[in-house]
Amino acid sequence: MSDLTVQLPGLDLKNPIMPASGCFSFGREYSKFYCLSQLGAIMIKAATADKRLGNATPRVAETHAGMLNAIGLQNPGVEAIIDHELPFLQTFDVPVIANVAGSTIEEYESVARALKRTEAISAIELNISCPNVKEGGVQFGTRPELAAEVTQRVKAASNVPVYVKLSPNVTDIVEIAQAVEQAGADGLTMINTLTGMKIDLKKRQPLLANQVGGLSGPAIKPVAIRMIYQVYQAVTIPIIGMGGITSTDDVIEFLLAGASAVAIGTANFKNPMICSEIIEQLPHALKKYHFASVKDAIGKGHGHG
Amino acid sequence: MKVCEAVIDDIKQIARDTMQVNLKVEANVLQTIKPGQFVHIQVNNGTEHMLRRPISVANIDQERQLLTIVFKVFGQGTAKLAVYQAGQSINLLIPCGQGYPIEELQIKKALLIGGGIGVPPLYYLARQLAKKNIEVISLLGFQTKADVFYQQNFEAIGQCFVTTIDGSYGYKGVVTDVIKQENLLFDYYFSCGPTAMLRAVQAELTNYPGYISLEERMGCGIGACYACVVPSKDQATYKKICQDGPVFQANEVSI
Repeated sequence: MSDLTVQLPGLDLKNPIMPASGCFSFGREYSKFYCLSQLGAIMIKAATADKRLGNATPRVAETHAGMLNAIGLQNPGVEAIIDHELPFLQTFDVPVIANVAGSTIEEYESVARALKRTEAISAIELNISCPNVKEGGVQFGTRPELAAEVTQRVKAASNVPVYVKLSPNVTDIVEIAQAVEQAGADGLTMINTLTGMKIDLKKRQPLLANQVGGLSGPAIKPVAIRMIYQVYQAVTIPIIGMGGITSTDDVIEFLLAGASAVAIGTANFKNPMICSEIIEQLPHALKKYHFASVKDAIGKGHGHG
Repeated sequence: MKVCEAVIDDIKQIARDTMQVNLKVEANVLQTIKPGQFVHIQVNNGTEHMLRRPISVANIDQERQLLTIVFKVFGQGTAKLAVYQAGQSINLLIPCGQGYPIEELQIKKALLIGGGIGVPPLYYLARQLAKKNIEVISLLGFQTKADVFYQQNFEAIGQCFVTTIDGSYGYKGVVTDVIKQENLLFDYYFSCGPTAMLRAVQAELTNYPGYISLEERMGCGIGACYACVVPSKDQATYKKICQDGPVFQANEVSI
């Protein structure tokens, strides 16, 4: 049996597989399909300081090998999440990563500060890359100096490691990655969705009510692999990789590119059992590609054997 | 709710772009299904189609262990579902959502109002109501004659009116025209169809208790992704159509 464990700042993972934020709510729905303790970790849906209702519908559209979404950070607010959602997740043996979102640096700080009162989270995923809200979020992810500032402030406001979620909607992702590393980020998660649009031919207008949405699914996997590959060479902090994973071969490819662990998002919608199935099949896949462990495969796609 | 592979017993076209599929499903799963619930169907294997398609349960035959669904070919996904053959299997999440709570209601006479592809879930509802000796009046609206289906099925249960917008079959007009013209007596109404029709029905029948079933583009189909939401009546919050619905009390949501 290969060793699937990975140790990252704040995260002692029994395997490198976790559901991606926004695709798994707070776990209740998927717990009806399998025991959440099987997972390496859980990235829960974004929390903002106050309750947010999100965008009008339609909020999703299928595209070739992927989908567009523009949910708009609908969530009950960080306090309600701490009181009503996290206790359920604490009944499982699985580290929880809280996704922190906001419109201003102060909001990010206040969410991070609020999360100090719970023991239920092991790390923060700092969401500076949601493309679906008009104010905030994404501008912090596209400008290195803003990304650095929000990282520094959230680091100072929280008591758990902070992983910064990077946006692929930038000219040079390496520049942003280095900026947040210097600002004290403990790790990176990448990539968030790519901004896209679908037009309804009959109605002659964008299909999503928000007009634009975030593209996810297998269609974006080559972009994610390329970006992780580049960032891995430029930073020393660990990367949790995501973007279109649907199989164990995809997981291995992310590890080779430089991810230390991976998150699965869109594929949960097609197959609610996907995370559980990939965890079960991963030892076989590692063996197939001659790796003794997950750790053994990390970054091995860079031509050094 | 569970994931299951269901073998197609038969598949046929029953109206323009409208397919009826009978699926073999285990009896213990069928027993749990309530009228108004839906199944969330994988288009096929592979990665081209990453989202399932939500399709209402149109009927259940416990004896033959068959689940009937009816869907309209609307885009690329449903076009692929339409060319499946008997003997092939489809992956389902089953059952999804909340159905019509008929066990909790004291109904004497029910009015069922369906529009287009909103008609199928009302058929299983009609059968379940009839089983409880509740009188059923059905009102089915379609665009045109070529779209009409299930009229005989509903006629076998009770009085049935059919309307077409172009007047090529049955009453000319929309379902609410029949409500206005005929002096229909009922104590509850149940409706499923396009949002514009549901709005008109809600407005026409404000004095009656009723239930409506909504549709929306869905992601997960189980309540995790927040894609298919509808504002509550007071607009203060959103309900999830896949998990809290698709059936809602008519005055519970703002459509």
